[in-house]
Amino acid sequence: MSASGSDNKKGRSFGRRYIQLLTAVLYNCNFRGFAEGSIYKGDIKGICVPGLNCYSCPGAIGSCPLGSLQSGLLSSQYRIPYYVAGTLLLFGIMLGRVVCGFLCPFGLIQDLLYKIPTPKIRKNRITSKLTYLKYLILVVFVIIIPLTALVPGFCKYICPAGTLQGGIPLVLKNEALRELTGFLFTWKTILLTVIIISCVICFRSFCRFLCPLGAIYSLFNRFSVFGIRVNEKTCTGCDRCIRNCRMDVKKVCDRECIQCGDCIKDCPVNAIGYGRKQA
Amino acid sequence: MNKKTFLVRIAIIILSAGLLLIGIRDRGFQDVKNKAVRICYECIGIG
Repeated sequence: MSASGSDNKKGRSFGRRYIQLLTAVLYNCNFRGFAEGSIYKGDIKGICVPGLNCYSCPGAIGSCPLGSLQSGLLSSQYRIPYYVAGTLLLFGIMLGRVVCGFLCPFGLIQDLLYKIPTPKIRKNRITSKLTYLKYLILVVFVIIIPLTALVPGFCKYICPAGTLQGGIPLVLKNEALRELTGFLFTWKTILLTVIIISCVICFRSFCRFLCPLGAIYSLFNRFSVFGIRVNEKTCTGCDRCIRNCRMDVKKVCDRECIQCGDCIKDCPVNAIGYGRKQA
Repeated sequence: MNKKTFLVRIAIIILSAGLLLIGIRDRGFQDVKNKAVRICYECIGIG
């Protein structure tokens, strides 16, 4: 790699990192909540943010679309959650998994965890198969369990963002909540620890294998208005972009592509870029 | 331009805008807010 190529990569990565940081701060700018162990109760909490960000985080000023969807589904016998469905469709069709690459605070945490120097597991046939697990989690924990057992299955049993952003800060700061913790909190803390360790050794393992929000957005990746685009006339089909990508992509902008843009610098003929995608 | 992709894109944009409008009229915004302003015990691993 040339020096300028390396500088380009660093520049682009820093640019993305700034957007990720800014997004995480914007979603969670109720700083008083962290100090008081309480949550924000203002009107804008009715707006869903695009990324995975627990609405019970003391700092959160918006709502998690996945939590809102489950909550809407479990009360859907009274009212169908059109608003949340419309929000998810809109984010999906406009941005696809650009949300995962740029606008998800838990994605930022995973990116930073992977920077810890340890032996790494690279993408392989097994990781490629595991990417289907998130669709199973989407169907079972986000749709079937809320509709049948009337509990938000993913939030209750899996969501590491809820434990990290909501559970741990609130339990540390709020004694009344601390006394209520039991088996479920222990289970979620253990699961969070396992997910953190897996993210250190395997790039964005939660995103790739478990995240149902990523699964929803992946369905729109092919059709999204903005994101990574490939100039088919310039592309020579060398596949360097696919080989160097750390996600389980088979093609730029397929369902697994989080559109981070790392492939832009890898392309020897500059055929890849951001912008409005041609239909 | 791929006509099929273009049509799917337009259809989803119209559908999402329609669902959002129906949802807002149907107090969906208020429902999300009402849920989010209370600590979700399931989310934090208590309930």
